[in-house]
Amino acid sequence: MTKRRTWLYFIPYGLWLALFVIAPVALIIYQSFFDLGHHFTLGNYSAYFQSATYLKMTLNSVWYAFLITLFTGLISYPTAYFLHGLKHRQLWLLLVILPTWINILLKAYAFIGIFSQAGLANQFLSFIGIGPQQILFTNASFIFVATYIQIPFMILPIFNALDDLNPAFINASQDLGASGWQTFTKVVFPLTLPGVKAGVQAVFIPSLSLFMLTRLIGGNKVITLGTAIEEHFLTTMNWGMGSTIGVVLIIAMVVVMLLTGDQKPKGGTPR
Amino acid sequence: MTQPIIELKHVTKRYGTNTILKNVDLTLEPGTFYTLLGPSGCGKTTILRIIAGFSDATEGDVLFAGKRLNKVPANQRNINTVFQEYALFPHMTVAENVAFGLTLKKMPKAEIAERVAQALKLVQLADYGDRDISALSGGQQQRIAIARAIVMQPKVLLLDEPLSALDAKLRREMQYELRDLQQRLGITFLFVTHDQEEALAMSDEIFVMNQGEVLQSGTPEDIYDEPINHFVADFIGESNILQGKMLGDFQVAFGGHEFECSDAGIPAGEPVEIVIRPEDLNLTTPEEAKLTVTIDTQLFRGNYYEIAATDNLGNDWQIHSVNPAEDGENVGITFRPQDLHVMRFGEKEAEFDARLETYEETEDETIDET
Repeated sequence: MTKRRTWLYFIPYGLWLALFVIAPVALIIYQSFFDLGHHFTLGNYSAYFQSATYLKMTLNSVWYAFLITLFTGLISYPTAYFLHGLKHRQLWLLLVILPTWINILLKAYAFIGIFSQAGLANQFLSFIGIGPQQILFTNASFIFVATYIQIPFMILPIFNALDDLNPAFINASQDLGASGWQTFTKVVFPLTLPGVKAGVQAVFIPSLSLFMLTRLIGGNKVITLGTAIEEHFLTTMNWGMGSTIGVVLIIAMVVVMLLTGDQKPKGGTPR
Repeated sequence: MTQPIIELKHVTKRYGTNTILKNVDLTLEPGTFYTLLGPSGCGKTTILRIIAGFSDATEGDVLFAGKRLNKVPANQRNINTVFQEYALFPHMTVAENVAFGLTLKKMPKAEIAERVAQALKLVQLADYGDRDISALSGGQQQRIAIARAIVMQPKVLLLDEPLSALDAKLRREMQYELRDLQQRLGITFLFVTHDQEEALAMSDEIFVMNQGEVLQSGTPEDIYDEPINHFVADFIGESNILQGKMLGDFQVAFGGHEFECSDAGIPAGEPVEIVIRPEDLNLTTPEEAKLTVTIDTQLFRGNYYEIAATDNLGNDWQIHSVNPAEDGENVGITFRPQDLHVMRFGEKEAEFDARLETYEETEDETIDET
């Protein structure tokens, strides 16, 4: 009886897993072994690993994802730390999360307006006498907007890690003679590192396959793996090659997961 | 007269309109085991946090060896704390935890290693240095928390209910060990607990607190034998508390009879409360009794019977007796004058001490005359 009940509860999750995780991954792997003429081939992979263009693109993706993650982290940790110390911190946190409820395309188009030749940013630069400048379609603007979009996803896990941190640890550290900075570097940061890792996973992996922003804000100067997949599926119709890049992307995600995963389970609070 | 190591002078703590501590005065001498005892929410942990430096006094001064400590941050006080949940750093090994404070002082590595080993030996966990915190039992974590604090060689060690998470047997063991440790180190311990047995067993001196005030301070014997008011009598140990009336010096009436007692200096006719400890009551025949009671129920507690009884005025009595009684039986109870303790309503500790002094002197004089 109870066994059957448990099975019933598994159905939605099982369906989800089969339809949206297992099936697509299997299809992508399957597709990646076919050439344009629907013949079985390993050519896509050999092409990928022998082509300087693809490898450079991969490096580019990883590099830009790294930069975006780095900047996101540099902004998010102090922000989360600051928010956590505030009185109505849940409200302030909500205000940070609010922009994620708006579609990413809308935000991208908004930035096109802001960064354009006659946009707000250039109006300001002109006002202080150093404008107008080319802001849109630069790598800097791409990184800026991507960082802006990813920040909430980094702040949230770090904030939660800080929230889970038993304040007794901070007291204990002070009690043993640690200054505020020593307490932070030796106790608070190491104990909230799981939150940072979760944030890195949430930011780095999606950043690898960003493609709308690369076009709308970056002006297609940065071709990431995401852009390449889109081109292959929608423009050149080379589904095999697109799938191959997809497989590479999936492997990259697994690697990142393994690198940022917890080697040893260590909790934030003692029990 | 030695210089007190810690003094609290008129310390008040308020959170908004909520007063946590009301004008607390406290003096701690070097090398003494003190306990702050009171129910949860009485402000005892707040006192600890103010001394440790985690919290500021709204009013009043905190002195360390005569010097004002209010503005000194927690990390610069020569005071260490053993926390209630131990607060051992989970990302460090046992030895790293114990060494934490010394490392911050930039002490040479060899000296750190030596002092860590010494501290671990002192808490009987010499071989545990390389272990992870999560691999320790509650009792072991407790000892490491103590080692981490005493390795700093503080003048005062603050202990915030450190035994509350341990089981009863381990708790008793740790009571002996803590007492032993304090005597060996010769430093001042300020121990916070809500467990009166723990306080009585370990302390040189107890501060009984309730609702942000220190009600009474003294040796465990003083507080047990001469509680200042209903709250203290009730909170510390088991007690029979009866309504009565003072008839004159060393004469009190309760339960419909007049009795000789050992208290004086209270105006005749004043309503008072009388405390009699259950273990001071003896069962006897109704003929020889000072009072007769009817047995209601009894519980066997191993080393004694806990007997509940009612007298003919309806007062409830608790009696601890080595021998059992019969339910429903009419028995007599006896007690000695010094087993009675008379408490005045609303008397403060200073007034109580002053009154005690007046008649204890006269008592001595009468002894001299005879």
